Amino acid sequence: MDLSSFIIQVLNGISYGLLLFLLASGLSLIFGLMGIVNLAHGSYYMLGAYIGFVIIQKTGNFLIGLLGAGVALALLGIIMERFFFRKLYKRELDQVLITFGFAYLFLDIAKGIWGGVPRILPKPPFLEGSVSILGEAFPIYRFGMILIGLSIAVLLWLFLEKTRTGNIIRAGVDDKEMVSALGINIQLYFAGIFALGALLAALGGVISGPITGAYPGLDFEILVLALAVVVVGGLGTLEGAFLGSLLIGFAETFGKALFPDFAMFTIYVTMALILIFKPSGLLGKEELK
Amino acid sequence: MKLNWRSFPFIGSIITLMALVILPSLLSAYGLSLLTQVLIYGLFAMSLDLLVGYTGLVSFNHASFFGVGAYTAAILVTRGVENFWLTLLAGIFTSLLLALLLGSLVLRSSGPYFLMITLAFGQMIFALAWRWRSLTGGDDGLSGVPRPNLGLPFSMWDSQNFYYLVLVFFVLCSVVLWKIVRSKLGRSIIGVRESESRMQALGYNTWLIKYLSYAIAGGFAGLAGVLFVYFNGFISPQQLDWSMSGLVILMVIVGGAGTLIGPVIGAGSIFILQNLISAQTERWPMSMGIIFILCVMYLRDGVAGQTIKLSKKGLKNYERIRNTKRL
Repeated sequence: MDLSSFIIQVLNGISYGLLLFLLASGLSLIFGLMGIVNLAHGSYYMLGAYIGFVIIQKTGNFLIGLLGAGVALALLGIIMERFFFRKLYKRELDQVLITFGFAYLFLDIAKGIWGGVPRILPKPPFLEGSVSILGEAFPIYRFGMILIGLSIAVLLWLFLEKTRTGNIIRAGVDDKEMVSALGINIQLYFAGIFALGALLAALGGVISGPITGAYPGLDFEILVLALAVVVVGGLGTLEGAFLGSLLIGFAETFGKALFPDFAMFTIYVTMALILIFKPSGLLGKEELK
Repeated sequence: MKLNWRSFPFIGSIITLMALVILPSLLSAYGLSLLTQVLIYGLFAMSLDLLVGYTGLVSFNHASFFGVGAYTAAILVTRGVENFWLTLLAGIFTSLLLALLLGSLVLRSSGPYFLMITLAFGQMIFALAWRWRSLTGGDDGLSGVPRPNLGLPFSMWDSQNFYYLVLVFFVLCSVVLWKIVRSKLGRSIIGVRESESRMQALGYNTWLIKYLSYAIAGGFAGLAGVLFVYFNGFISPQQLDWSMSGLVILMVIVGGAGTLIGPVIGAGSIFILQNLISAQTERWPMSMGIIFILCVMYLRDGVAGQTIKLSKKGLKNYERIRNTKRL
């Protein structure tokens, strides 16, 4: 691998990692606050990409598609929390199983509406084209991805660290009972965090849409990667999700470049190593059981 | 033997067994093939129940063991190994080996981590079956697995004979699994489910108990996989991806986890529903998702679990009536 393709792989790894971060941060926060591993999280990503595709086709504007998909999926998240998870309060295992049922449901709905053919989202016109890095072409859109991903990461971090709502969410991750004992309606935040998680996942789906497209099966492909991220980085913290995302992003892109046939195994090897040496993830909170 | 409520499970299983022996002569060819599948998947679901219901480990990659057992048999058969017993043993052995290997990794975690990690490694096995074209035939799968030749005077190509072969395995495995959950090991497995820390305090090696349970479940799933590939004649990566693992979890939940018999009932109900719904619409997975959601919300103990609860209530009532009569 020469220098130019190395740089390109590094940039690919970063952009892919940031994409995974959009998914994994929501997954991790939902788990931290509610104790649910949301197996329908990949479905939000896939549905987000599809809805973005439809809106962009209708309006011709990428940004409207991005926002529309985000809002639609945030609503879906709130509905799922309000009508299903709330009824299973304190039954964490059942909540996980129910998300699995939803994953089936969403996959089949998507298949029914859009069929099996991948739908490639158009790039926004101002991010068309490519630049040359040491003689090799690199699409500008990837730079856009890195920029959007980084800005969302920073905004999310500011939101969690600097606002009152963020403080309550972080406190809830640490000790739910204590937060509600302080007179805060934690149920309200459950719905909010579900909406936020779904919104972030949908944004990820639309952003990756011009590159990977939307197709049935995307949901579980990306879910497995997001699960790998939280296993590696540790559940419940934003930092863990960020570190894990970049690691898995690099493992995936370099794996694909170095051993194309068995690319996914770099991820599983990374996961196995983490499990052997640090079962709760790199930055995960130690389980006190 | 005095007849009372307590002898119900025994009598029930005798009646069920008799029904299973007689049924083939009453069923159409299609019904018989359905019943054979119910037994195979019932066995598969029972093996998962050992993990989900008894050990309290919700494993999302149980289809891996089923699939690896099936692939092992298919690979051997398509490469010229004709001995049924050899392929059966090889299938069980590879699944067991995989369970021992994966178990040493996934059991380092618990709760939500366990769930996620089993799901991820399950997808790894799926990807392996899909990519390792020279061995597994890739997404075309392996076809042309004939019915086994046991050297008996009757042919297994006859669906009734093959059904009875599956039935023999099904009954044997059920008895063994029943013995296991009733044994000292089974009791300690349930102990781990109820309170792992208390079992540790009592001096049990809870990791080993979980490991054994994981391996046993994997082995039985492998056996079911071998039976499946001989029945189906064909195996593809679809048989070991997440949706298959989900299907078998659904069977366990519909029937009732922690009852062994429940998952078999679950397998039966799911197959009947699948056939009824698939005849009406192509959207079976959607219906499956909805059934999944409804079962988790409203039928958490499953069919068998509810029945046992009700019969226990009945037992209590019965004894109360008897006791008051005596007074």
